Parts: sequence; C-alpha cells; structure tokens
Amino acid sequence: MEAVKRALDSDLAYRFRKSPVAMVAACVVVLLIGGAVFAPLLTTQNPFDPASLNLMNGFSEPMQPNRFTGETFLLGTDDQGRDVFATILYGMRISLFVGFSAVIFAMVLGVTLGLISGYVGGRTDTVIMRIADVQLTFPAILVALLIFGIAKGITPVGRRDEVAIWVLIIAIGLSEWVQFARVVRGATLVEKGKEYVQAARLIGRSPLAIMVRHILPNTLSPVLVIATISLALAIIAEATLSFLGVGAPPTQPSLGTLIRIGQEFLFSGEWWILFFPALTLLALALSVNLLGDWLRDALNPKLQ
Amino acid sequence: MIASEPSRSPLLSIRDLTVQFPTRREPFTAVRDAALTVQPGQIHGLVGESGAGKSTVGAAVMGLLEGRGRITGGTIDLEGDRISGTDEAAMRAIRGRRVSMIFQDPLTSLNPLFTVGEQLVETIATHLDLGGGAARRRAVELLDRVGIPSPETRIDQYPHQFSGGMRQRVVIALALCSEPEVIIADEPTTALDVSIQAQILDLIKDLAVERQVGVILITHDMGVIAETTDRVTVMYAGEVVETGPTSEVLGNPRHDYTKSLIAAVPRADRKIGRFPQISYGGRETRFRIEDLARNWPRRPAPEGPLLQVRQISKTFVERGSLIPSRRRHFTAVDRVSFEIRPGEVFGLVGESGSGKSTIARMIAKLYATDGGDIVFDDITVSRASAAQMTRYRQQIQMIFQDPFSSLNPRHRVGAIVAEPALHMGVIPKNEIKDRVGELLDRIGIGADAGDKYPHQFSGGQRQRIAIARALATQPRFLICDEPTSALDVSIQAQILNILKDLQKHLGLTMLFISHDLPVIRHMCDRIGVLKGGKLVEVAEADTLFEAPRHAYTKELLSLMPKTDLLTDQELAAE
Repeated sequence: MEAVKRALDSDLAYRFRKSPVAMVAACVVVLLIGGAVFAPLLTTQNPFDPASLNLMNGFSEPMQPNRFTGETFLLGTDDQGRDVFATILYGMRISLFVGFSAVIFAMVLGVTLGLISGYVGGRTDTVIMRIADVQLTFPAILVALLIFGIAKGITPVGRRDEVAIWVLIIAIGLSEWVQFARVVRGATLVEKGKEYVQAARLIGRSPLAIMVRHILPNTLSPVLVIATISLALAIIAEATLSFLGVGAPPTQPSLGTLIRIGQEFLFSGEWWILFFPALTLLALALSVNLLGDWLRDALNPKLQ
Repeated sequence: MIASEPSRSPLLSIRDLTVQFPTRREPFTAVRDAALTVQPGQIHGLVGESGAGKSTVGAAVMGLLEGRGRITGGTIDLEGDRISGTDEAAMRAIRGRRVSMIFQDPLTSLNPLFTVGEQLVETIATHLDLGGGAARRRAVELLDRVGIPSPETRIDQYPHQFSGGMRQRVVIALALCSEPEVIIADEPTTALDVSIQAQILDLIKDLAVERQVGVILITHDMGVIAETTDRVTVMYAGEVVETGPTSEVLGNPRHDYTKSLIAAVPRADRKIGRFPQISYGGRETRFRIEDLARNWPRRPAPEGPLLQVRQISKTFVERGSLIPSRRRHFTAVDRVSFEIRPGEVFGLVGESGSGKSTIARMIAKLYATDGGDIVFDDITVSRASAAQMTRYRQQIQMIFQDPFSSLNPRHRVGAIVAEPALHMGVIPKNEIKDRVGELLDRIGIGADAGDKYPHQFSGGQRQRIAIARALATQPRFLICDEPTSALDVSIQAQILNILKDLQKHLGLTMLFISHDLPVIRHMCDRIGVLKGGKLVEVAEADTLFEAPRHAYTKELLSLMPKTDLLTDQELAAE
C-alpha cells in the first residue's frame, strides 16, 4: 500500500497526470493489449480454428446482417467468413508477442555489449562499436530479411512455420540492439568517471560487480525510453516483414499478415478487411511512440 | 551618469523584495523581504551559503529569473525609475544597458563561434548607437582598460584563444560596453585559480571607482568579501540577516548567523584546534566520537613511518598514435617521495594540475604506478601477495571530493555504507544492519538513514555518509581528496571537525589533499607543496606558513585572501 501511494505521488506520476497526450496514449495501449490478452473472452469464434468458421458468412459488411445467415459482425468478415474483429485481436497477440520479445532480446544484447564496451574500453570498445557502425549502415528491414533468409535455408521445410515466429524475433532483435548499446555505452562512460565507481574499485570489487551492481542501475532510464520507442518500431518491422510474406505464417497471422490478406480485397470493394487491421496497427504504434516521447521528456528534467 | 560626488540618494535600491517559484505543492519562496541599496562607485557584497537566495536577488534585478520565478512583492528602483513589475519590453531596455552582469564561468558566457571583437562591437552598437568604426575603436579601448595586452590584435581572436583569466577580463569588458550604472557580478572569480582571482577583483574595484558604477558582488567567499567590498549584506535562507559597512559586519557581527559564518572560515594566519560550535538554524548534528572510539581496534603503531611513498611517477598518454615518435606523454607525477608517520595528518597542496589527486589515486590503487614503490606498514605494494593486498585495501580508505557523485544514487544509504565491510568480510552478514545503523547514528545522521536514498540528504550529510562508509572497514589510513571543496563554509567546518576527531580519538593517519591553504593549515601536521608533478617542499605546517623556503611556496602564500578583518570569533566562543 505504502509503495503504491509513493508511486502515485512521484514526479513521474505527476507529469503523467499533467499530460493529456500521454494519458490518451496509455489508455489506447492498455485497451489494445487488454483486448489481445483477453481475446478468447471477447470473441465468439477462434478465427484460426477452421471448425468454428462458416464459409457462408464470408464478405459480411461491418454492422450489416449477412445475406445468407443473417449474422451481424461488428467489423465484418473476410472471404473465409472470419470475424475481422476476432482476427485483429488474435493477430495483435502475435504482433505484441513478437514486438515485446524482440525488444527484450535487443535490450539484453545491447545493454550487455554497451556496458562492456563503455567500461572495458580500448580494443574491446573499438571492435563492438565498429560492428555497431557497420550494422547501422544496413536498413533494419534488410538485416531482418537477411537473417530470415539464412534461417529459412537451414530449417527443414516441415518445421518452417513453427520456427517462423522465433526467427522473426531474432531478426528484429538483432536489427535493434545498436541503439541500446550506444546509449548504454555513453551513459557508462559518464558513470565510470563518477566517484562512487572509484569507491567501489577502491575496495577491490570485480569489474563485473561494478558493471552490474553499480553502473547498470544508473543507465536504465534512457534504456526504458529506447525500449518503448523500439517496441513501436519492432511492431512495425514485424508487420512489414509479414506484409512482405516473410514473417508470421498464414496459420498464425499477425496484423501485418492480415493487412497483406486484406489488400487483395481492397479494390473489389471489401475495404474493411484491410482497413481495420491497418487502423489498429496505426493506433498501436502511434500510441506506443507517443508514450515513449513523453517518457523521454518526463525523465529529462532539462526539458521541463 | 557622471556623479563625481557620491549622491545621497542611492543608485539602486531594493525594498522588501520577495521572489517566489511555483512548485507542485506550495510556491517556494527563494527570497523574502530582502532590502539593499547600492551607491555609485560602491561595491556591495552579497554573501551567503548555497540556497540563501543571493543569486536570485541578482537575477531579479536583471529580470532574468529562471523558469517561472516571479517577483511577488517589493520594489527595485534604479535611480528613481521603478524596474520591478515592468513588462518584458521595458526590461529589455534596462537589462544589458543600465544594468549588466558578469557571470561565474567565462567559458560559457562568451559565444565560442564569434571573435571577441564581434561580440563587443555588436553589444556596443546595440546599446550606444555607434557606427561600426567607432564601435570597434571603443571595443579596443575597453579591452585595453581591462588589461588585455595588445588589444588591436587580440580583438580578432576567438574566446578559446584566451586563458581563463583573460576571458573573464573580456567578459568584464563586455559588461562595460553599454556604460551601465550597475554591474551585478555573480561569483566572478569562483572558477579561477587564486592568482588570477586577486587580479580580477582588483580590476573590478578600480573600475567601480573610476566609472562610478555600483557593483553587487555575489559570493560565498568571506575572503573575497573582506578584500573587495565596501558594504556587505548577509543572507540566510532567503532573508537578509545583517547589512552594513564591511569592516563593521565582519569585525563586529551582531547576528548569530553572521557570527557562525565567520567562525567557520579557516584561517591561514593562525592554527586553531577545532572550529567553535556556533550553530545556527539547528543544522549542527551531534557526532559521537567517544562511542565510536570505544569499539575501535587498537593496533600497535609501527616504529617508523606508516606509509612511505618512494619515487613514484605517473605518465599519461596525451595523444595516442601508431607511430611512437608522434605520441605525446604528460608526466602528472614525477618521482615524488614522502613519508607519513602514524597518527599524523599529512597535507598535499598545489594548484589544479599539480598531480595531487593522481598521487592519492596511486596510493588508493585506482591507478597503477609507473615506477617507484609504496610501502604501507609491512606491505610493499609491488611485491604484495593477494592476502596482503586485501589487508591493504581494508586499512586504506578514501573520502572523495564531491558527495553528490561519490554515493551511488540508486543504492540505499545502508547498502552503500555496508558494501566495503561486507565485501572484505570485516563484518558478518547477520550483524551488518545493526552495525551500519550504529555507525550512521554515531556519525550524526541517525540510524534510520539506512533505508533512505542519497538524494534525500544535503551535501554535508552525504559527506558524513561517505565518512561512515570509509570507517566501516575500520581502516588505519584515510585519504581525503579535497573532502570539503564542494561544501559550504559552515558545513566544511563541521566535516573538518569530524576529521580532526577521527585523527585524535581513533588514531587515524591521514593524507589530506586540498588547494585551499587555510584549510590545509588548519588540518595538517606536515605539508608537502606540489608544482607540476614535483614535490618542491615538505615542512611542518607552522614552519611552512611562517618561513617558507621555496619560491613557489612563497608565491602561493602571498596570493591567499586576507582574513585580517574577520573577528576572532573562536576566542569569543571559548
């Protein structure tokens, strides 16, 4: 109770209450994540269980009773009779899972390499940062495509769909670690010069203990900001890859896969199959990004 | 503007000035009912500790209050013209023209992208309505007046081509461009070395008389006040506590706060045992050295010196290169040797860059030595076994300069103090909480401080926490690297008293490093003087101050601010 009270009274909470943009963005994010988590409770059908589908329901318009069955779907249905609302919620589960996992992977990798680079310095630093520089010259999507291609080459055909999600996570994660590494390296260089680090070295603490116990906690606030913004980027990257057909397989469609399926029907008038997944992706990425921007400002007292 | 004889009506008068800053909860009052007047040609000192509101007064006169700060009461009049409560447009006509400002840091108050001349000419042209040629001639005159040699050529140079002291002279010239009536100098010499400080203060003094400008000199340094000002106003917690002619206020202070402030100033002319305990505002917290001494292990002192430093050197790479001939090295410490006897405080003094901190860090094993050796009791560092090194680390502890950077902001105070003792296994894990609480209690910040974070404490309290951390391993030797130079003078007095007590009651031996001669004299038994990485003189403290042998020591001593004006408060207190 005490901790909750303190958290609500903190400066961060105060700034949050003072920022309408952050509050709206947070509401949207919570609603969307809640929708994805509780998808089975919110929908009547599992769109990826063929047994629960009725082909007769195909191409229902939003809020209009179906010509054959008379059923009404909030956001309409696609060609297979899948409820678009349900596909969006289930698709978001994949998108968010890939996004979060990729960011965590990128964060662990980037923070570790950044800490080592900044603290150890010298050749180690040069090697790690040059790798990062080289990586930055490739567009993230290209790196992801490359890793995806390699993974496809080495996995047996029958197992490709199973590993596709994990390949996505690794591909997106690998293309985003550089930002974490750079920021943590910079922060580490600053913290390394502070006297509390010397106080720890004075008593003979090991470099590992100094890095993990002393420096790491002091570099985390910029990491939090980058993680939030990276989440939006990772969700978009996943959607892009899936849209290009190299991401989530059609058996486990993400928002990007849904958009790809939907665009086939755009010019034949069934706009809702594309429109609603795209709108959801937009709302999700934009809200997460706005939250990240707000967080960066709120954690930086100089911008007040 | 030309007032040859001092007029009766003041040039600048501030009455009942109140400045508030809105915050989340209630507005914070930075200055409350402050009043002061400045006559033409007079230097009015504004002295106080950090947070006293002295800079806020200056900013209010300039109309440059930070953030959302506002004048909520009182008036500021400049020769009969009201300048408080005017709008931004009217303020702009006054700021820079009739009132100008000299800032603390000459590095940031000049624009690095323009030559000195461009900056001066622009200011002159804006304020005095002069053409380009005339403005330039005027700028050269000003540079000449503030003591820049060959101003005709130097006017076309960039700020980075000037040294720190020269840059501050340029800033002063800039402040004179508009022929102001009042100059506000906010800590104009704090960022400068002592030798340059004296020159700049003399220049400000001369200019005030010559041009009949009223100067408000904001400083925390009683020595600067004593040497430069005609009148002084003492501020404490946003309020004016005392004001009057400088000699009267310093010589015969009436307010308790002024007395405590003067008593806390270290004196170079005489050695006193402890600073008198004149506390004001309930900030004195008890330090219970006797309780601490009771459980302190008594170790037999070695016959000879406890620490011997033999011919140590340290070279840093200034510019690295693959080609050896292109590498450039910088010798920070050059074959320095000295001994420290058990139970004494050995001082190292020198200007910035003299290598004193490098020596401390080599003894603390934060830097490796490039030659030479360190012998502590029976441990010879270059041949020490791992077990001996652990013992060395436990017995040598360090107190750092900046208490805001020496405590990890993400750790609780209890964990910070416990870390060295736990790491070395001096205190068993199940006892650590009690022992740390005990230590924090004895050091005067209370046993419950362990659950808080460093940012919840003031600078002085944080330095106490740093001392508690150093004491947790029960060391025999303490390295103090400028332990009070980031602290206010009254806090400095408390910390120096604590360190003195540690020496006396626990028998701790210390290496005490400072650039501040009065502090060094107060603390040390023997003193070494460093210049450019070389030890030029080692002597007993009294001998060094009364009969310095080396020319550099004499020069250093002559530059100290005079504190003769200060009363002998310690005599009154005892």
